[in-house]
This record gives sequence, C-alpha cells and structure tokens, in this order.
Amino acid sequence: MSELTAPGPAAGFTVRPAAAAEWQIMAGRSLRLTRRKLDALLTSLLLPVILMLMFVYLFGGAIHTGTAYHDYVVPGVLVLCAGFGAALTAVQVSEDMTGGIIDRFRSMDISGAAALSGHVAASLVRNTVSTVLVLGVGFLIGFRPHAGPLDWIAAAGILLAFILAFSWLSAAIGLVAGSPEAASGFTFLLMFLPYASSAFVPISTMPAVIRGFAHHQPATPVIDSVRGLLMGTPVGDSPWLALAWCGGIMAISVVLSGVLFRRRAS
Amino acid sequence: MGNDLAVEAAGLEKSYGKVRVLAGVDLRVPRGSIFALLGPNGAGKTTTVRILATLSPADAGRATVAGYDIVRERQLLRRSISLTGQYAAVDGMQTGEENLRMMARLSGQRRAAARRRARQLLEQFGLADVAGRRVATYSGGMRRRLDLAASLTGHPAVVFLDEPTTGLDLRSRQSMWQVIGELADCGVTVFLTTQYLEEADRLADRVAVVDDGRVVAEGTPAELKQQVADQRLDLMLADPSFFAGLARKLGARAIHLDQGTRTIGVATDGSAAHVRALLDEIDPQGTAVQRFTVHTATLDDVFLALTGHAAATTAEQSGGHPEKETASV
Repeated sequence: MSELTAPGPAAGFTVRPAAAAEWQIMAGRSLRLTRRKLDALLTSLLLPVILMLMFVYLFGGAIHTGTAYHDYVVPGVLVLCAGFGAALTAVQVSEDMTGGIIDRFRSMDISGAAALSGHVAASLVRNTVSTVLVLGVGFLIGFRPHAGPLDWIAAAGILLAFILAFSWLSAAIGLVAGSPEAASGFTFLLMFLPYASSAFVPISTMPAVIRGFAHHQPATPVIDSVRGLLMGTPVGDSPWLALAWCGGIMAISVVLSGVLFRRRAS
Repeated sequence: MGNDLAVEAAGLEKSYGKVRVLAGVDLRVPRGSIFALLGPNGAGKTTTVRILATLSPADAGRATVAGYDIVRERQLLRRSISLTGQYAAVDGMQTGEENLRMMARLSGQRRAAARRRARQLLEQFGLADVAGRRVATYSGGMRRRLDLAASLTGHPAVVFLDEPTTGLDLRSRQSMWQVIGELADCGVTVFLTTQYLEEADRLADRVAVVDDGRVVAEGTPAELKQQVADQRLDLMLADPSFFAGLARKLGARAIHLDQGTRTIGVATDGSAAHVRALLDEIDPQGTAVQRFTVHTATLDDVFLALTGHAAATTAEQSGGHPEKETASV
C-alpha cells in the first residue's frame, strides 16, 4: 500500500488552483448539492408556478389593474420566484458554516470569496432555470409580452442583477444564522417583500402607510422595470432605481459577507 | 528552526474571554513521526491544533509547522498541511468519490489527476465498494475514513487529526488505527489528539500529556507508562485496620487509595509471577487481602500520577467546537 500514498512530485506542498478554477469547482459543488436536495429544488421551482396560477385564477377575477391580470402579474411572479430562489443560498451557506467542511476549506486556504461566490453562482443558474419555467407557464396561461430583443435583454439583465444582489444578501444572512433552520426562517422575511410591492396589486390600492414602504423598497422598481420592458409600457426611471437598489444591496452584502466569514470561521 | 522538526511551538497562549485555555504550550515534533497530544476534555487539545493549523490566532508564543511560521507564512503553511476535525468535513449529498475528486481539484490537481488520486485513496482506505454511494448512507467509521482520505488528496506534509476515533466502535477504531499507522510509513507527519491512553500507546512515537493548558509530561509511550505503571493491582482488604497499616507501609507505592471500599492499588506489569510476588510481599500471612483485581492503567491513572489530581471533565471552549464528552476506555 505504501506506493499509493508515496508523495508525488508535489509532495508536501500543493499549488493553489487559479481563482477561476476554484470558483468553478465550488459552484459545481453547490449545483450538485442543489440537484440532490430534491425537495428544496421542487419547492423553489413549483411554488412560484403555483402562486402564479393561484393569483391568476383565484384572485385575478377580483383584481382590476387596467390590463389583463396575467399580463400584470407574470412579471411580479418572476421577481417573487427570483427572491425565493436566491434565499435558498442562505440555507446552503449556513449548512456549510455549521458543518465541519468550512474548517477543511479554510485549512486548505480556499478563500471565503470562492466558497461564497460558488453558492451565488449556483443560485444564478438555479434561478435562470426557474425563471424560464415560470415564463413558460406564463405563456401557457396567456401571457403575451410586447417586447423587442433589447427590451428582453434589459429585463433579463435587471432580473439577474436582482438575483445576484439577493443571493449575496442571503449568503450574508447564512453567515449570521446559527443554523440552517434559522437561515431558512430569515429568508422567509425576504420573500414577503414582493407582496408589499407592485407585484400583485397596484400600489395605489394599498393603505397609505404601506404605500410609502411599497414605493421605497427594491422589489417595486425591479418589478415595474420588468413589467414595463416586457409589456412595452413606459418605465420612467424604474430601471435605474432598480439597478441602484441592487448595486447597493450587493456591495453591502459582499463586504459584510467578507467580514462575517472571517469572524465566523476563526 | 531545525529542519528535522515538523512542528515546533514555544509558549503558545490562548484565552477565550476570562477562560485561559492554553497557558504556554511547548511542543517539538520530529518529521515523519506520529505525535499524540493526550489529555482530557478541556485540556486545550483542540485549541492547540486550531492554532497550529492557523484557524485561530494565538495570544502569545510562536510556532512553525512544516517549516512555515503560523503567522507570517500562513498561506504557505496551509498548503502543506491538512486538518481533520471532530466533525466529518465531507458532503453527505455527494458520493465518496465526488468528495475526494473535489478536494483533489481544490488542492490544485487537474481533472484527470484528481480522478486518479480519488480512486487511489478509495482503494487505500477500503472504500472502493461504496465509492458511488452518497456519504449520507455511510457508517460512522466509513465517514471518518473518507474524511481522512479527503485530507490526504493534496499530499500534505503534516496531517492534524483532532480526536480521530472519538465516538467510533471498537472495530472502526481499530481500522482507523491501521490507516493512521500506514500514513506515517509514507513519510507523512501525523499530529493527533486523543483522550485514550491506549490510542496514544498504539499509534504514537511520542506523546505529550496536556492538562489545564500546559504540557505536563512528554516522552515515548513506554517512558510515560513507566511513570504511571502499565497495570494496576487493586487489593481489597479484609478490615479497616489492615487498610491503614498497609497504606502506611506502602507509602508512595500505593498509587490508588480508597478508604470506603478498603482498596489499595499498586503498580504491576500484570504478569502472574509479579502479581504473586506482590501478594506474597504485601500479605505474607494471606489474611489481609480479601480479593484482588488487575486492570489496565487509564488516562485517569496517568493524570493522577503526573498531576496529583484527577482528570477534570469541563467542556473545552474552542471557538464553538466543544470537545465531545466521552468515557475513557
């Protein structure tokens, strides 16, 4: 057996893989873990679809938005779905932190950035799939966007920025949470953001107190931008507001994650 | 720093809040040897390992591992060591092979090389049959072996094992011992912590006994056991007057005294000849000793002999990783 462990040319010292390779390996790991947690995967794919069907067929008849309700609600559901998918990142990060694996990564000198951004990258992939699924079902129930190629690209870009920002925010929450269950609870709060926004009903129908919040929270400009871009209606400054919100949340979350990772892991 | 030392530490100190966990630890571990840090819960074993593996900073003192300073050359150091903690650091939702391939790739190997390394380690650790199964379905012993294999993917020079067999059944423990012994045959330096005297005895070339954040004894297992006595002969005496008289007569030779059960323990090598000779010497008339038992020295005996007090069992505070409570063998 001794020749099996006989040190190779790199004996006693290993080179660090390129940062890009490290990141790719960590993202691959995170995606594999996602695929195998079937329950979580199914929930993140099916729940938005079920919510969309519920809103369109159960509540839709009573809601008057000035347009066909499915045209109004699909962009909202897209954002709800993105927030939901991004939130799973918190659970994954928390599972890593509470298990022994984070010490192994650290003692191998894997950077916190690689460990966390692997999860974020996986979240982007996961959410792209679920977004396409929601859009597909949207088409089946009659969603007919009036968008040119540039509008589609712009809408996709804003959705991606939203997913990226909220995935990083979730990663930071995952670092703070004491357990995966706690992380999952925290992210539940995030998922309520779209309800108090223009996702399902026009903000003008809400009580004044909530209206103020709904106007000044990140989900609203994101949803307004996506809806406007896809339906060919004016978007005003919503896209810029959306990007500013996402950029700000992401910058704070990335910095916060770096600090928390170093603190939690030592 | 000497080139023949894999680990050299001097005056390591660490406190968590007001609790002083390390009170000046000095260690010297020769390259290619197996070194055991032996001590009860809360002695500072895990903290020592975490400092040497650069996961926690020391408050004072200095150390080199694999020739690198734990503070100034942390990055180089981390690329030369591996750490296997008390919690299995493998993904339950990945297969054994996927875990090893991932670790090999993270230690800088290309895809094909990582695949070869994973197969090799699975063979070596007797996991080839379960390579394609998810780790969540593994037994505790299999998981520990995989964990150890994962720590070797990058050919580390120094391997830290924090209580590698705590919580395992006897068979799994023996198979871990075999694997750990084989590691050192390949020139890897193994630094392990344990609560079991038997484990240190079986595996280690040198042992340091830690108590209350300090090294209280250091030497080969044979040297340590000489100080402690390998086996103990316990004599249960017929009545209290015999107990008092014999305790006086034996003095320091009595390594265990229990007035309640009128029991006196003396060191023995466990052979029938020695036990017979001791009985003849202590109780020439054959009336004082009612019954006797011979048992292997435990960590408690080592502690009593070395420190004059019994091993404390307070939970160690080590960055949220308290050592598990475990009965000694």
